[in-house]
Amino acid sequence: MAKVFFTANLRRHVDCAGMDADGLTVREVLAQVFAAQDRLGAYVLDDQGALRKHMTILVDGRRIRDRERLSDAVSPSSEIWVMQALSGG
Amino acid sequence: MSEHILVSTRKGLFEVMRNGGGWEVAEGAFLGDNVTLALHDPRDGTDYAALNHGHFGVKLHRRDRNGAWREIAAPAYPEKPEGLDDRDGWGKPVNWTTQMIWSLAAGGPDEPGTIWAGTMPGGLFRSRDRGETWQMIRPLWDMPERNRWMGGGADIPGIHSICVDPRSSRTVRVAISCGGVWVTHDGGETWAQCAHGMRYDDGPEGVADDPGTQDPHMMVQCPSAPERFWVQHHCGIWRSADDARSWQQVKALPSSFGFGVVVHPHDPDTAWFVPGIKDEKRYPVDGRLVVTRTRDGGETFEALSQGLPQRHAYDIVFRHALAGDETGKRLGFGSTTGNLWVSENGGDSWQTVSTSLPPIHAVRFVR
Repeated sequence: MAKVFFTANLRRHVDCAGMDADGLTVREVLAQVFAAQDRLGAYVLDDQGALRKHMTILVDGRRIRDRERLSDAVSPSSEIWVMQALSGG
Repeated sequence: MSEHILVSTRKGLFEVMRNGGGWEVAEGAFLGDNVTLALHDPRDGTDYAALNHGHFGVKLHRRDRNGAWREIAAPAYPEKPEGLDDRDGWGKPVNWTTQMIWSLAAGGPDEPGTIWAGTMPGGLFRSRDRGETWQMIRPLWDMPERNRWMGGGADIPGIHSICVDPRSSRTVRVAISCGGVWVTHDGGETWAQCAHGMRYDDGPEGVADDPGTQDPHMMVQCPSAPERFWVQHHCGIWRSADDARSWQQVKALPSSFGFGVVVHPHDPDTAWFVPGIKDEKRYPVDGRLVVTRTRDGGETFEALSQGLPQRHAYDIVFRHALAGDETGKRLGFGSTTGNLWVSENGGDSWQTVSTSLPPIHAVRFVR
């Protein structure tokens, strides 16, 4: 199973424990995570299911390419990090 | 009279309470987070707070009477049909995602628990269960005229004013920057444009006076004379005395430009505004901050300045940041500079509550 991690900044707003999940793509893996953790999905994805503008996802250290459909492939040993930029004043 | 104000700011929601003869910032919630708007529902004492986390999207929180804040559902857009080329009035693709909750309004007294939310990029939503679930008002969103709406000062269009008619909860009027004013008499099933009479200062005839692309900054309806409306528009002040079927422009000094408007709850001839120079110079005329008040339906205006800074003031007051209580005596407004003032005499004089709050988005009295 792939391992999914979230940042402390996101945990400030919503409970999001890292967890293991199955799937062939980032979307499939995250769908399992979001099904288990109420409200978390709306913090990461927009209303159309695309990655929010200032969010990024790393799969084994590489930034995903498909921000709309999250079709990037994952393996059972993958580590997936859901991250964000921080900005403002 | 209200003794409690909710102040939504760039860095939190602040509760301002009357204490003795003065007002003070009592406590804050969501500190560090961008609270864009709050609603107090006098029907059941519930408060709502809209947050915009930027990275993590738009969220909505609710506090039941004497309860604690907890997150509830935010209005969410339906799935965009595959292949739909949906564009706004500027020709830009429309992102079917809630990007701002720009207005919140309680439904009528006969529909407890009903809440309305207006959003960017232009979707209107209704909840029947105090925000646990939301339904988009599809007939308004699906109108072909919606593709003519465009952003004004913001990049994208949005619904900032919702007036639920005191005579019938099924009659609702919404004002849109920039999409004019729309009315439904059947609870949202059908809609008609009703910004006739508003116009831009520049542009060819047929464009400048096109109701469907007007930029009302804020619209209010007088609760005790519901046929009477006021609009602070991008190009001035308009009033209506016929259920928003027609609008007439009135002129205020030192300026008719601004964002917010409050109507006296018991006197439709009395309304308040906070003017800036004009659209391309958004600061008080001569650096003197004033509130303008009419008490004769817009024939004349007074500039009220007692207690307000009269030198080097560059405060701008956003559309939801000017508010009145249910008596028409108490008023409050907050500025982009983080200053907050309250009046207890209809605007004749003002007390400074704070000069060090974050930029203020919205001010609302709690009953």
